[in-house]
Amino acid sequence: MAKTVFVKDTAITGKDRTRDFYGFFLGGLREKGLENDVQLVRVADIGVYGQGMVVRVLPEDFLYVNVQDSDIPAVITESVIGGKPIKDKLFTQASKQARIVLRNCGVIDPESIEDYIARDGYQALAKVLGEYTPEKTAQEIKASGLRGRGGAGFPTGMKWEITRKAPGDQKYMICNGDEGDPGAYMDRSVLEGDPHSVVEGMIIGGYAIGASKGYFYIRAEYPLAIARIEKAIEQCRKHGILGEGILGSSFNFDLEIRLGAGAFVCGEETALIASIEGKRGYPSPRPPFPSIKGLWGKPTCINNVETLANIPVIILKGGSWFAGIGTEGSKGTKVFAVTGKVKNSGLVEVPMGTTIEDIVYGICGGALSGKSVKAIQTGGPSGGVIPKEYFQTKVDYESLQKMGSIMGSGGMIVMDEDDCMADIAKFYLGFCVDESCGKCAPCRIGGTQMLRLLKKVTDGEGTRKDLDQLEQISFAMQKASLCGLGQTAPNPVLSTLHYYRSEYEAHVDKKKCPACKCEKLIRFLIMSEKCVKCGMCFKACPVGAISGNRESGYLIDQTKCVRCGQCFEVCKPRAISRS
Amino acid sequence: MVKAVINGLKVEVPEKTTILDAARKAQIKIPTLCKHPDSYLHASAACGICLVRVKGSKKMLRACCTPLEEGMDIITHDPEIVAIRRTVVELFLSNHPNECLTCGRNNNCELQSLVADFGIREEFYEKIVKDIPKDDSTGNIVLEPRKCINCARCVDVCQNVQDVWALTFLHRGFNTRMAPAGDISLADSPCVRCGQCAAHCPTGAIFEKDDTVLAWKALRDPEQYCVVQIAPAVRVALGEAFGFPLGANVTKKIYTALRRMGFKAIFDTNFSADVTIMEEASEFVERFAHKKGPLPLITTCCPSWVDFMEKFHHDMIPHFSSAKSPHEMMGVLVKTYYAEKNKLDPAKLKVISVMPCTAKKFEISRSHDMSASGFQDVDVVLTTRELARMIKQAGIDFSNLPEEDSDHILGDYSGAGTIFGATGGVMEAALRTAYSFVTGKKLPKVEFENVRGLKGVKETSIKIEGAEVKIAVAHGLANVEYVLDQVRKAQKEGKPLPYHFIEVMACPGGCVGGGGQPYGVTDELRTARAKGLYSDDEAQTVRCSHENPYVQQLYKEFLGKPLSEKAHHLLHTKYQPLPIYRR
Repeated sequence: MAKTVFVKDTAITGKDRTRDFYGFFLGGLREKGLENDVQLVRVADIGVYGQGMVVRVLPEDFLYVNVQDSDIPAVITESVIGGKPIKDKLFTQASKQARIVLRNCGVIDPESIEDYIARDGYQALAKVLGEYTPEKTAQEIKASGLRGRGGAGFPTGMKWEITRKAPGDQKYMICNGDEGDPGAYMDRSVLEGDPHSVVEGMIIGGYAIGASKGYFYIRAEYPLAIARIEKAIEQCRKHGILGEGILGSSFNFDLEIRLGAGAFVCGEETALIASIEGKRGYPSPRPPFPSIKGLWGKPTCINNVETLANIPVIILKGGSWFAGIGTEGSKGTKVFAVTGKVKNSGLVEVPMGTTIEDIVYGICGGALSGKSVKAIQTGGPSGGVIPKEYFQTKVDYESLQKMGSIMGSGGMIVMDEDDCMADIAKFYLGFCVDESCGKCAPCRIGGTQMLRLLKKVTDGEGTRKDLDQLEQISFAMQKASLCGLGQTAPNPVLSTLHYYRSEYEAHVDKKKCPACKCEKLIRFLIMSEKCVKCGMCFKACPVGAISGNRESGYLIDQTKCVRCGQCFEVCKPRAISRS
Repeated sequence: MVKAVINGLKVEVPEKTTILDAARKAQIKIPTLCKHPDSYLHASAACGICLVRVKGSKKMLRACCTPLEEGMDIITHDPEIVAIRRTVVELFLSNHPNECLTCGRNNNCELQSLVADFGIREEFYEKIVKDIPKDDSTGNIVLEPRKCINCARCVDVCQNVQDVWALTFLHRGFNTRMAPAGDISLADSPCVRCGQCAAHCPTGAIFEKDDTVLAWKALRDPEQYCVVQIAPAVRVALGEAFGFPLGANVTKKIYTALRRMGFKAIFDTNFSADVTIMEEASEFVERFAHKKGPLPLITTCCPSWVDFMEKFHHDMIPHFSSAKSPHEMMGVLVKTYYAEKNKLDPAKLKVISVMPCTAKKFEISRSHDMSASGFQDVDVVLTTRELARMIKQAGIDFSNLPEEDSDHILGDYSGAGTIFGATGGVMEAALRTAYSFVTGKKLPKVEFENVRGLKGVKETSIKIEGAEVKIAVAHGLANVEYVLDQVRKAQKEGKPLPYHFIEVMACPGGCVGGGGQPYGVTDELRTARAKGLYSDDEAQTVRCSHENPYVQQLYKEFLGKPLSEKAHHLLHTKYQPLPIYRR
């Protein structure tokens, strides 16, 4: 492997300085005449977060954090040329993380198949083609206990076996890269950072189920992921890893890419198949399951990006190795995209069974300064909230479900004391209502009615009867909706109603929002005794609701105020009250 | 066979039978709004009302699309299932305008019945109904999207059964709505006006344009002389609206009712069907025996099929019979022959037709040829459903009416005319006459069983004087492609023709399953109605069109002979290629 240096600004606040830093570093290399010998790459994800400017030097894999511009000459002379680490800059990995899926992300050049091969890439494929029968391949995955990472958690090995056994002259492998949960970008990072691992997983899957053709279904909003997969496929064809007689075996397999056109529901497998077939992205009833009757009516296996990225490692290290990680029902690791009101947001990969507390506080550093964490939301719009009191819960499929949430694809949004639970539920439900395909009535009409009720509640116009109606529609939607989107859309509402009913009741009974979030229910007032008459609020108000001058002081006209909170934010002496 | 238990009752059904159908066999009715019992339609699984569960399981299944499996123990009604169904029905109600009293489907609406069955007395959820304008651009089928419940029956029938692809769904989520593709007007779309969408719609979202007011106006105008004709398929379907058994033939009661409603003369389209056969069989003999004109010859009695061909199959235009449909032939004969004979002013003659069809409303102004008498040959077209309403409006106790005869001579028909209403009927009637025209002999057996029945494409051949006549009968427009492709393939490869004579009817089952017929069509119903027509045929003493003495009289007194110049002028038409989309 040639000398390579990756750079990435991981600071949470402020401007991304990666580009400037790259320029300085390149300058440093030029001074030493190394610009042609060292490959300097700006990467999208380097594996650590909130650690300022991060530099990774390869092949030694020195990871430096909080690197200043002035450190560049030392990094170049000591590490790049000298091959020695600078001890005090080295990043000590948080031990709670375990990188299987993200093993190569930020470590290799994603556009180089050689880099991937250098890190055991395509060894697993060679192993199955050389030593394993398709049955044995599926068996190995079954033994690993790997479950689908797309959300539902169906055992992957079993899915492969069913598809392999389903009668059909032609079978298909599909990679579901239509990641769409708000705040989730696990699949995107893998597709962009380590495309070959997913391609390898696809080929192994194709071999196991007896498919000769596979499709990548990637949302069009991920242009870099698409470009990287395209390039990976091209490189594979050139290296005899895709096409006829792969790696000298008799196995033929090829891949194509299909782009999702922006419908969230197309991540649902039957809608995804309809979309690939060129039809309206409507889900269809199951059974028949895609494993029996899928794309073009043929047995089809659909696996999520993260699931597939696990495959090569499992084959190389063995199913029992993988089964040794995690909990009884959930094996291996899970990648979470932790976002929201948390100090270090980003991707974390942890063994199944890690507690929420370890993720939120241990790895991600807890709440932003001066605030306290209130709850997390997992599973995207299909999931539910888990209050701080239950942060000892382990993340695995069963435990999260028991808490009224789901694993989902791995979105984890941290909420603090400023977040109103009714408002959060409204946000998620609004997402599902917007993304509903409109086919089945419970989701189409039920979701719209629920959103109307939630709006009533957060506007302070709700009644206790509205809360009952919310629950009633939720139950009907869960049971009567056709696909997962509609069945799980009420989850955020039900779980917030379960854990934070008193907040809802404050909205409907007292017409108050305890978190001071719902704009119709709050008022901003200037407390004259604290006011220093600086006029900042006057300047900040976007609608001219504040009148007065530096002599007489200021007043908020409640009829004009839009409750944006700008004045509240800018007031240094905290002379503006929010109630 | 699959053995299972539903609500504790043992059932045994063939494999792949859905839980919904299996339950029906055990006299258990699972409510549904989107699944139509018609086997041509797929289960869309859209309504979410037919929920059932496997005993002990929390998960609920849709009975409409889940096959019953060996050993299943199904519960179709328990408190939770019923409560959820009720909530879903209430949700539908919250998205549906309360216009039942003035709706085209009042008393006949599946949503209305369900709401009534659930005993919903109060609207639980706030009304959210989008204001989407009505589309009455075609003048025969009206789209009222506000009343649509997105069951997808119309889209399914339009795309998969009729292959027209005029209707689709637009937008997504709450904004999803049924509409012509591209959100253009229905008149600008490829719609062929077959009305199968309306016939399958559970609510008042798609219905025929109501022309009963026009008919009443003409009837009540002392200046007008109103003449009526009824189509073959009407007689075996109208009874359903008055509690008669399926397929009951109520021809003579219809005559009585029409006379009491004020029509001056009651004629029967079956007579002009006989005339159509005279022309069309002669045309076939010309092309087949005398090699004048291209083969195969394709029938043109169905206006939806004509429209479909003009839009999608231009290359087949030379193969079309130029004979007009029986319905139009009657119109022109009333305003010429009948008017002359009875010294009536054709300007004051109003011809009103009762048809099983919505496309007939469109046919009367299809081209100039439809005004061959110098006036529009047919003035108003009513569907079977509209006639039922008019009879009720007129206060006629239909079921107890005495039976009367039609008027001479345009009301006297042969058995060949009456079977026009079933798929294969036109072919059978034409063969009966063509045989005699070629051979000069009487057929030993007039029935051609091979062209009867509900198989999508029926292919057979008969021998006339040693020559083999190969025929195909297709119904349901999606079946046409196969037949025409066979012809095209043979033409291209210079091989012998696969068929010499082709009959096409747009609607599955032919006119008995027409878009203007009473609701709830299934294959069982199509078969029962067709059976009614075949019994009517058997009951006639004259069973071949050319043997109908009144048809002979018509030719002697007025037309001369088939394909004469006069016949050509009055009874034939031309076709032209049309764009699929009008704009």
